[in-house]
Amino acid sequence: MSEANTQTEPNAIESREYIHPEVLVTTEWVADHLDDPAVRIVESNEDPLLYSAGHIPGAVEVDWTRDLNDPLIRDYLDADHFASLMARIGVTKDTTVVFYGDKNNWWACYAFWVFRLFGHTNARVMDGGSVKWAHESRPTSREIPVYSTTSYEAPPRNDSADRAFRDEVLTHIKANKQLVDVRSPEEYSGERMHMPDYPNEGALRGGHIPGARSIPWSRAIHPDSGVFKNAADLKQIYLQENSLNPDKPVIAYCRIGERSSHTWFVLKFLLGFSNIKNYDGSWTEWGNLVGAPIEK
Amino acid sequence: MPENIDIPNKLRDLLDAFASMADRSERIATLIELADEFAPAPALIAKPPYPDSALAPYCESQAYVFAHDEADGTLKFYFAVENPQGVSAKAMAVIIDQTMSKAPLDQVLAVNTDVIYEIFGSELSMGKSAGLMGMMQLVHTLAKERLARLARAIGSEESVL
Repeated sequence: MSEANTQTEPNAIESREYIHPEVLVTTEWVADHLDDPAVRIVESNEDPLLYSAGHIPGAVEVDWTRDLNDPLIRDYLDADHFASLMARIGVTKDTTVVFYGDKNNWWACYAFWVFRLFGHTNARVMDGGSVKWAHESRPTSREIPVYSTTSYEAPPRNDSADRAFRDEVLTHIKANKQLVDVRSPEEYSGERMHMPDYPNEGALRGGHIPGARSIPWSRAIHPDSGVFKNAADLKQIYLQENSLNPDKPVIAYCRIGERSSHTWFVLKFLLGFSNIKNYDGSWTEWGNLVGAPIEK
Repeated sequence: MPENIDIPNKLRDLLDAFASMADRSERIATLIELADEFAPAPALIAKPPYPDSALAPYCESQAYVFAHDEADGTLKFYFAVENPQGVSAKAMAVIIDQTMSKAPLDQVLAVNTDVIYEIFGSELSMGKSAGLMGMMQLVHTLAKERLARLARAIGSEESVL
């Protein structure tokens, strides 16, 4: 977005006036907590080689496909597998998990969102992600850390608060409730059925879910640094320009739920929306649903 | 990929090596070692800003593919990868150079773009696989263009005779 280039990079997280600033940490904070046993740094990427090619020293990897998704059914892992994952990466319920990754933290926010489905709310996102860490010439390592296995008792996954399914979306749009399409404008308009530079992932129809506002995910960040915009700038985009009401339900969607988890993070924590859900079925489900209404 | 397709021998050897790897970490370590060998195209071949015609389609890492005509009718492939996080693209570039440079062009064209799954594994995201396939597509385009130039050269020699 060209508008972002004209804005200055925000200062300290505390000065940006977020509703829940505690969910964000700076690269400096992470650098100061590399050896903190109460903190587990987690890298989550789209590119499966990036972690092994060099990560924040002591960081573990959580892979969005291998670790977070069910290998057979289109769904997330269950409680037993989540408990195993947490045990493997040495996390207890008291551990502060800090996510970061490539693609301006798409997958970091996605992992943060999945962790929340299991009630692990002691989690943060490193502002700016791996690109900012690299730009600041901070140290990286290829050493795979090994932590003592923990015992983690995971509750059943609770999708009700933060995840939307297609039937709920159908009910939602029939009631003219708020919906945010975070894909590119070309995907929203139906001009293309995939994001620029990506192939079509099999959606049979193009367009958007009726009533959805087009607010691409990238508007929430400064493109050069990857850090989130301050609350005033975010309010201008989501509240003033697009008339979203933070006190009423909102569902965000994209293509498979990764970009919309980024927007979910922004709306829920940085702007304090009271009821925001991520529809991870997104366009790869909606664009193939027989009889589902579509607008162009 | 069926065994009867004639792909470059060096690529076949590499694919056999990947197929024999016991686990994912071994594959990743090998790919990173290959990425570490990446060297961008020398200025003699290409200088930034690189032309859009050399940009691999769908590649988020902004990988550019170039080729130099070798005297024996083959091609030597060169690459540039603009995104510093483009580790997979760099690994793919090194693999193409090491296994397809100076290989017979019909063998290069016999390499299916799906070869990326044999190299990187089946867990690649759609976006990442499209970019790596885009690099192979550009290699195919360059090979076809070289074959066309060779055919024209032979045609003009015959017309002189």
